[in-house]
Amino acid sequence: MIKSVMRTGLMLAFAFVLAFSLAACSSGSKEQPSGTPGADGTPTAEKSTLDIIKERGRLIAGVKYDTPLMGYKDPKTGNVEGFDVDIAKALAKKILGDENKIDLVEVTSSTRIPMLKNGDIDIIVATMTITEERKQEINFSDVYYNAGQSLLVPKGSPIKSIADLNENTKIGGVKGSTSVKNIREKAPKAQVLEYPNYAECFAALKSGKVDVMTTDNIILMGYAQQDPNFELVGGLFTHEPYGIGIRKGDETFTQYVNDFLKELKDSGQYAELYRKWFKEEPPKE
Amino acid sequence: MDFRAAWSPENIAFMLEGFKITLYVAFVSIVLSFAFGTLIAVFRYARVPLIAPILGAVVEALRNLPLLLIIIFARFALPDVGIKLDVVSAAIVGLTVFEMAMISEIVRGGLLSVDKGQIEAARASGLTYVQTLRYIILPQALVRMIPPTVSQFISLLKDTSLAVAISLPELMHNSQIIYNANPSKYVVPILSFAAGLYFITNFALSQASLFLERRLSVRH
Amino acid sequence: MSDVLYLLEHYYPYFIRGFLTTLGISLIALVGSFIIGVIVAVLRIVPSRPVNAIGRAYVEILRNIPLLLVAFFFYHGLVAFGLNLDGFTAGTLGLTVYTAAFIAEAVRAGIQSVPKGQMEAGRASGLTYIQTMRYIILPQAIKIVIPPIGNQFLNLVKNSSILTLFAGFDLMYWSDYAASESFKTFAAYSLAAAFYLLITIPLSFFVRWLEIRLNRLPAEQVQIKTALGEV
Repeated sequence: MIKSVMRTGLMLAFAFVLAFSLAACSSGSKEQPSGTPGADGTPTAEKSTLDIIKERGRLIAGVKYDTPLMGYKDPKTGNVEGFDVDIAKALAKKILGDENKIDLVEVTSSTRIPMLKNGDIDIIVATMTITEERKQEINFSDVYYNAGQSLLVPKGSPIKSIADLNENTKIGGVKGSTSVKNIREKAPKAQVLEYPNYAECFAALKSGKVDVMTTDNIILMGYAQQDPNFELVGGLFTHEPYGIGIRKGDETFTQYVNDFLKELKDSGQYAELYRKWFKEEPPKE
Repeated sequence: MDFRAAWSPENIAFMLEGFKITLYVAFVSIVLSFAFGTLIAVFRYARVPLIAPILGAVVEALRNLPLLLIIIFARFALPDVGIKLDVVSAAIVGLTVFEMAMISEIVRGGLLSVDKGQIEAARASGLTYVQTLRYIILPQALVRMIPPTVSQFISLLKDTSLAVAISLPELMHNSQIIYNANPSKYVVPILSFAAGLYFITNFALSQASLFLERRLSVRH
Repeated sequence: MSDVLYLLEHYYPYFIRGFLTTLGISLIALVGSFIIGVIVAVLRIVPSRPVNAIGRAYVEILRNIPLLLVAFFFYHGLVAFGLNLDGFTAGTLGLTVYTAAFIAEAVRAGIQSVPKGQMEAGRASGLTYIQTMRYIILPQAIKIVIPPIGNQFLNLVKNSSILTLFAGFDLMYWSDYAASESFKTFAAYSLAAAFYLLITIPLSFFVRWLEIRLNRLPAEQVQIKTALGEV
């Protein structure tokens, strides 16, 4: 009797070890920024992401790896570059005095918000449109780029605008992006195929698995530059103002980022970056 | 198809970099899932009240879910309840949780396969429960466990590729980055190279297991 | 819990569609992989070494590379050979070819479990190799082979979730859709898990029951064999 009680006790002890090591796995995974909102999305009155970045000495920015011109990992050089990346680097320079004190982390349209809430990244600079729904989840900075949704098709395609998207059209988009939501509304008859990222979506367009790829013009322009067999059609049929994503409720850091964007524009550095990537003058405000 | 351009030194290096992550994640998950799996099996084998049936239900549920779902869950659903994991930890936790359920079944099967008469005889001859487990049950169970355990490890190594869904920069993910730059020319060469890496590793593992099995069965 | 109800209310057609697609993919792939699996198993046991080698190569290669790689080969790789398949077709084909390797092994084990003497006896009594196979060996092997094939069906249901990665419209695809559209990630994936368990739990009990019935084994032996993955 006593033996079996002892045995059970021993087993229980093991169970606790198991539970604790699992818990340790989960919490020990990183230096958790304490400014993270609670699980229900409400802000907790803790320190701002700004202080966390300064303490850490590095800015962790979520950028895309598969959107040429904005955030793209060049497999030849291994470098991640683009307009979004440069904006993030400029922010690192402002906070920490060195644009190289930055860690770039790959995000996709569907992973970026969970990753920000998660504390994996300090900011999202990843072609993210400011929407009311997303504002429920995170804070946004002011607009830093105005994009609009468009269509990318192979040259010579019969599709010239969204009016040509009918029930036989296969449209490729990316999981979790506003574009797939918009296109379902604008072309309700067409079939929408959602891919995990832009690279897979463009590969599907290239091999003809989809007839048209839709997302923001700036991302499509990047792909059209990579492969001259494709062109943008149909103009812009939505307005997609991009903002930098910040954890919900962190007003201090949001204000800081807005000041940073204003400085960037006033100093002419914004126009410089714009010309560098888009080969044109930024639009007058 | 352009094998020469696809297999450039830069691309090969990039894929090997991914393979390192694959091996790392697989190794850590193997160690953890074996440890936890064995614990679970022992609990269930010893029929510890309350814990054993709960573990039984958990194992049954985990074994019957797609691993991809578990990995995605670990990465994107757990934060909703306050558990926050980075990519590498999420991949390891997802793989470990699933594989420990599989391994625990293998270990339990091994333990159960030992003849009850032997256990009774051992206890009757004055060995304690732990001694019986250590000297009588485990050595016999082990022989029967080796082949399924190794094939489970091979599955685990293959299954690390599912972590592309959470952008873990492992072999499959890095292969995708390369071939998506030029799908028509690169897909076949890049996938063949990746397949080669997986194959060599797993085939070596399975041959080693066969060798081990032969050695052990000779002794008995 | 209220999130789950919200999702069920607003997204149930997607979950149902995904559920049925997943079932469909798994059934088609099961039939396909059974046919290929039997052929490969036969290749492995016919009395001809070069033919055996072909069968062995098939099994060893496919068992040692990830399913995802096989599926991506069918989805992206075949384009280079002029075959452009959609996600559903490529995924189902990938699952079929991959699972066939495991079924081939199960079938081979089943056939080899029939004592060799029976083949010799069959041949001695004037039957051809094929006739002996057809009338003597296979009917006995089939009883041993059915439970492991049930297990492969179970694996197919789970493995078909990879179709979400190339727009295959399976259960996982629509769960991703519901998760990212509603922002209720935890609830959406929990619901997905419930739908998968709806197929896999009854199936795994059924496989165990089959094993007990068909092979007249005591339940305890079946438990051991199932646990060890020998079924």
